[in-house]
Amino acid sequence: METTKTLVYDGSFNGFLTAVFIAYEQKLSYADIQRQGQNQGGLFAETEIIFTNVEKAQRVWNGIRKKSNAAIKNIYFTFLSENRNIEALLYHYIRKLMGSKINSATNFSDDCILKINQIAHKVGREKHRMEAFIRFQLTKDGVYFANIEPDFDVLPLISKHFRNRYADQQWIIYDVKRKYGLFYDLKSVEVISLDLTEIHTNSLEKSTAFTDEEYEYQNLWTNYFKSTNIKSRINTKLHTQHVPKRYWKYLSEKKEAV
Amino acid sequence: MDFNRIKEKLNILADAAKYDVSCSSSGSNRTNKNNGLGNTGNGICHSYTEDGRCVSLLKILLTNHCIFDCAYCVTRKSNDIQRAAFKIQEVVDLTINFYRRNYIEGLFLSSGIFKSADHTMERLIAVAKKLREEENFNGYIHLKSIPGASDELMYEAGLYADRLSVNIEIPTISGLKLLAPDKNHADFIKPMLKVKNEIIRYKEEKKIIKHTAKYAPAGQSTQMIVGATGESDKDIMYSATHFYKNYNMKRVYYSGYVPISMDSRLPSLGTEVPMLRENRLYQTDWLLRFYGFSVNEILDADNPNLDMDIDPKLMWALRNLNFFPVDINKADKHMLARIPGVGMGSVNKILNGRKFRKLDWDHLKKMGVALNRAKFFIICNSTDWERRDLDAARIRSMILQNSKSKFKNQYTNQLSLFN
Repeated sequence: METTKTLVYDGSFNGFLTAVFIAYEQKLSYADIQRQGQNQGGLFAETEIIFTNVEKAQRVWNGIRKKSNAAIKNIYFTFLSENRNIEALLYHYIRKLMGSKINSATNFSDDCILKINQIAHKVGREKHRMEAFIRFQLTKDGVYFANIEPDFDVLPLISKHFRNRYADQQWIIYDVKRKYGLFYDLKSVEVISLDLTEIHTNSLEKSTAFTDEEYEYQNLWTNYFKSTNIKSRINTKLHTQHVPKRYWKYLSEKKEAV
Repeated sequence: MDFNRIKEKLNILADAAKYDVSCSSSGSNRTNKNNGLGNTGNGICHSYTEDGRCVSLLKILLTNHCIFDCAYCVTRKSNDIQRAAFKIQEVVDLTINFYRRNYIEGLFLSSGIFKSADHTMERLIAVAKKLREEENFNGYIHLKSIPGASDELMYEAGLYADRLSVNIEIPTISGLKLLAPDKNHADFIKPMLKVKNEIIRYKEEKKIIKHTAKYAPAGQSTQMIVGATGESDKDIMYSATHFYKNYNMKRVYYSGYVPISMDSRLPSLGTEVPMLRENRLYQTDWLLRFYGFSVNEILDADNPNLDMDIDPKLMWALRNLNFFPVDINKADKHMLARIPGVGMGSVNKILNGRKFRKLDWDHLKKMGVALNRAKFFIICNSTDWERRDLDAARIRSMILQNSKSKFKNQYTNQLSLFN
């Protein structure tokens, strides 16, 4: 009988790659890789705790990258989706990729490969949405501050975009769902965690944390948003399709709608 | 800064600028220099108005004072509306502050024509120059080329702007004579031609000298009003093709005419905006630019207008049934792209997927092909396919019957009994 084994890793991407390494080492055709804290042992399965090992993770990363650059991107994006049991699907995907002589990352006739592609696409869309929907508010300390609550864990993906674009201003993007954020101090981007007493949504009430001018500009922006609308072309369905309601509470132009 | 006064101006001048449909912020390659502010990339829509249009740029007029009296335009001189004008510094401040808060990708600056074309163009350039040189702003700037502006100014504009555009507005010369009697067709063409030549020059010089100053890296675009002068879809698409071919346009935009005035030359107030028609024109535009169609395949003397009920690719396929059915597993890319219900994303997936195995209906469905249309035109690795010898009219009615178009309420001309 083939052994089934549950591999429990720490939740980091490197941890996951290490788990893949161990699974390969033990020649597991099916690896039940689970995130710590979410793991459930099987009735007859052994459990092994995986200690993240950057070197092993690197070897897996390089191995896949040699096969296909598109695949490595898909794997990282899909991993960030945090879907339940995504690890098992990813392991299946990696085995498929490594087991085939030609580059099978584009084999869209395969269910698993198509599925991974579609999930990676969704995460990519969320990344793009965050690049669009983040609204900085200027604090009295001169830091541009934004709260977000993305569907997927996209902070690592958007860091470079904001670093390149807002190189001459300090900014913080804080994920209130996952309780960590990015802080750019004019030199480099750091991962931070904050003790937020309040979540800064687009409330009509003014917070003392922000400058007065900040509210003037929000006001101007909301005004602009209204005047650029053409009333005779109104299409609410299309509007909410592009700007789904779950993002509204962080958009200053949708203050009144929330 | 007097925020109340700015707000007033912003309301007037954004309202007047909104009929310019272009809001693209892509196609440029400006990077952030010396830790300054901003860069450009693939374009981001930061918000969408309630009419569903993208908000990517701060789109405003410098002023809505205008010496022209074009019937289709809100800011025409005979129109009794509030007038306002921004100072250069005010536009700069607004742009920078909106940009820093991640509201926008950059600035789209247009203007009514005051004093003369050159005078207006100079002011537009001054804003762009200030943003680039004083604020170290590397975001997107779209400037309007003012019809009749001199070559020297058009050259200078391209040094600061990412994109330049002149709106041709009326697709036919006769229509222009009727609606904008003081404007001259040649005045529109002049800056367009200059920009085109400068872009070619820039590309040539860049091959030799790497540090040639950028000239309008996102190219130029134009816009046509649809449904103001009774022109046919053929007129519009043929003149669009003319601009794509002869002026290397990046984009031609189609803007359904929004009735704004009482004028016997124009559709009356309250006429519905031809949004469906606009959509069909964009679909045609895409077929020409990305799907390998040429304009005379879709529109010709016998078929001067697009079918509103079905998309233009389906319309073409129904007229050319002799090309079908296409074998999904054998056909080349060119032919795959011509199957109704198959987009370029699916074409790519089909081409890749079929290297590994023969594709069947299930594969196609999962890849995202719209089988309700495609199934009449393809065979795949299945014994189950459309064998009946259906004629075009029959296929058309079967597709219409089995699909729910979001535009349905717009093209049923029949009056509903209860409403």
